[in-house]
Amino acid sequence: MYVAVKGGERAIDNAHKLLADKRRGDREVPELSTAQIREQLTLAVDRVMTEGSLYDRDLAALAVKQARGDMIEAIFLLRAYRTTLPRFGVSEPLETAQMLVRRRISATYKDLPGGQVLGPTFDYTHRLLDFGLESGSEPAAVATAPADPDATMPRVTDIIAGEDLIERNPPADPAAPVGDLTRDPLNFPAGRDLRLQNLARGDEGFLLALAYSTQRGYGRTHPFVGEIRLGEVEVEMFVEDLGFAVPLGDITVTECQMVNQFKGSATEPPRFTRGYGLGFGHCERKAMSMALVDRALRADEFDEERKAPAQDEEFVLSHSDNVQATGFVEHLKLPHYVDFQAELAFIRQMRREQTAAKEAAE
Amino acid sequence: MTLPASPMPAGFSDPVFEGQAAFRALMDAMVRPGLVVTAGAALAPPAGLMPAAAAAILAICDFETPLWLSPALQGGAAGPYLRFHAGAPLVTDPASAAFAVLDGRHEAFRLTDFAQGDASYPDRSTTVLVQVASLTAGKQIVVAGPGIAGIAELRIEDLPDDFGAQWQANRAAFPLGVDLIFVSGNQLVALPRSARLVGEAA
Amino acid sequence: MNASPYNFAYLDEQTKRMIRRAILKAIAIPGYQVPFASREMPMPYGWGTGGVQVTAAILGPEDVLKVIDQGADDTTNAVSIRAFFAKTANVRVTTSTAEATVIQTRHRIPEMALTSRQVLVYQVPIPEPLRFLEPRETETRTMHALAEYGLMHVKLYEDIARYGHIATSYDYPVEVAGRYVMDPSPIPKFDNPKMDNCDALQLFGAGREKRIYAIPPHTRVVSLDFDDHPFERNKFDHPCALCGASESYLDEVVTDDKGGRMFVCSDTDFCEGRRAEGHRGHLLGDEPAAREAAE
Repeated sequence: MYVAVKGGERAIDNAHKLLADKRRGDREVPELSTAQIREQLTLAVDRVMTEGSLYDRDLAALAVKQARGDMIEAIFLLRAYRTTLPRFGVSEPLETAQMLVRRRISATYKDLPGGQVLGPTFDYTHRLLDFGLESGSEPAAVATAPADPDATMPRVTDIIAGEDLIERNPPADPAAPVGDLTRDPLNFPAGRDLRLQNLARGDEGFLLALAYSTQRGYGRTHPFVGEIRLGEVEVEMFVEDLGFAVPLGDITVTECQMVNQFKGSATEPPRFTRGYGLGFGHCERKAMSMALVDRALRADEFDEERKAPAQDEEFVLSHSDNVQATGFVEHLKLPHYVDFQAELAFIRQMRREQTAAKEAAE
Repeated sequence: MTLPASPMPAGFSDPVFEGQAAFRALMDAMVRPGLVVTAGAALAPPAGLMPAAAAAILAICDFETPLWLSPALQGGAAGPYLRFHAGAPLVTDPASAAFAVLDGRHEAFRLTDFAQGDASYPDRSTTVLVQVASLTAGKQIVVAGPGIAGIAELRIEDLPDDFGAQWQANRAAFPLGVDLIFVSGNQLVALPRSARLVGEAA
Repeated sequence: MNASPYNFAYLDEQTKRMIRRAILKAIAIPGYQVPFASREMPMPYGWGTGGVQVTAAILGPEDVLKVIDQGADDTTNAVSIRAFFAKTANVRVTTSTAEATVIQTRHRIPEMALTSRQVLVYQVPIPEPLRFLEPRETETRTMHALAEYGLMHVKLYEDIARYGHIATSYDYPVEVAGRYVMDPSPIPKFDNPKMDNCDALQLFGAGREKRIYAIPPHTRVVSLDFDDHPFERNKFDHPCALCGASESYLDEVVTDDKGGRMFVCSDTDFCEGRRAEGHRGHLLGDEPAAREAAE
């Protein structure tokens, strides 16, 4: 049952039709399929999954299509869908040491067990527009090597930890509840678990700028890329009725472990410190930025003076979410004429009073 | 494996709409202290638990709300019923409960036993449901404050003798303190912590 | 009863219970901002996600819903939110203030006095009245805990020194039930007196900031001021051009590029109701009764 009111409803309806028309673009050009987005705009899909905090390549591809390529709009679509999903429980921690690695680089060692694996990277491409892509081209076949079942690829931070030269990770407490800022309002100070969740969902551009600022002296942390690894890991969930963890499937993740400025004291020998980043799919820039900001936010733990934006927990966590940020910035385009009228009337009144006072003085 | 002696009484037959109706009744009561509202008339909870108390808990409690049951209720069928239908974890420490249910007909109570909230988060307090024999007879309580035009008069059976002093202390701690919901059968009335005692009579 | 793939009023029942618990606390502690686990709604933050969640948590099949933005039922966002609930909750919707049981609003309080059977739900962008003085939640939470509002009074007094007035014409802070300083949402200060001793329950929802707060009926709500600079409601120099009302809040409509202006009621239902009763502003000519007599 609906009471129609004047023009607003029809205007909105027409705007939605126009939007759909513009989304489709020139009808002479074949329509983009979500499969094409999923397979060929993979990094867009990965970003939408990471910041949308939902691992589903098909839905993320659909969101990218529906959003006309607007990343934040696509992230928003995926988040709004995620909210409605029931929760069955919490997975076991990912074991990234067991990752099926497709790319792995370390800046801290020339060579190391498992080797440096360059993988699919833009890093050494010359940024020359490839006009061959315009006409469509089949890429050359990729080189392969036989799989070595005995190959191991220990994490660099584990190698350093073997000499006790890096801070130990706090032991996991399986009984501790897993924080979730999408189910509980965030309070400050937040624990590192909630901080990392916030950063993982945080806007890539915002984190990139903050990470960059730490390198330029606004909260320096002397980072080395201990390791970046990209590949597939298994997700497992402990099932109470069975009494053991069952595998749910593989996901692709990018992990970055930064090795930072050492710390020590009269009683503690100096050790390197850590910054951690992880995201869905291939998201190196995001994972690196996250690791730098994570380390900067740990200032209090290491008695570092907090004076830079990247070290300010409340500032960073309150402004990292691009769906929140874009909503509030863009809401300024909603009508505000009632408030503006109040200001108009008030400013006119003050000016009248000023003029009257001036005239009285003359 | 032993089967339960009697089948579990039903919860809301339509959780969406019965839950909403029970909540609105509870909200009306909380908004207008002294207003007696009806809730849970269609429920037949197990012995020891009144319909309005069951309705209030089913409307707002779930696995996120630790629930404390008083000694008079702990051993009975109320616990399994509320665990089954609301999923609320039962706790043994009243100060860690979000909601508490006790029976004024058999038990005295001390409001200070429950969570009072803290200065930064006064909402982190216990809401206490007290089952009583009547909301139309018994001790007269006169209160004023938010939600009340002038004054409101409540009649509540089975109140402890020192209730007036307890409520004054609860109000003095505002914004800390507990909120009370009195239940009798399928009726309930609320005393939020903002209500100020202005008179009482036996 | 409805074919929507979503639950009644969109939110799942567990979310509704969580919001309902926050609402009860908010009622018991008038003016205190209760943190709640605000969900990501299918509309942007800043578009009323807090108000929508509060409305969804209280709404039942018996309710009649009215949604206004800037006082008007036909502004696009009001239309959009009303359509959302008509679709997901299948409730009766109305533009009539008198008929509504739940009124969701952005930036206005209706002109008509609300009654005890009504709930007014405000959409709130920034729930913290101290935020523009102190951006840190950790600091402002302590100020509220200690009822330490000196900073606010200093700011208001600085305004008086500079402008001769408290330089706030909307979003004007209030003290609720003698304890908490509260942000009334960006309503014009013209509307502030309507919050005091109101017959209706007033609920405030801030989705992005994850806060819910409330003013129960018959609660003392005082706009902050000083003895020598008492709170003043803003007045208009003109009556409404359409209905002739002289006691309502007016929108200024620019009619040409030569300084032409007209002033009309911001509360569209109020204005239409007056015209239906025969009241006429100067733009619509004389009172119909007078016109008939002249013919």
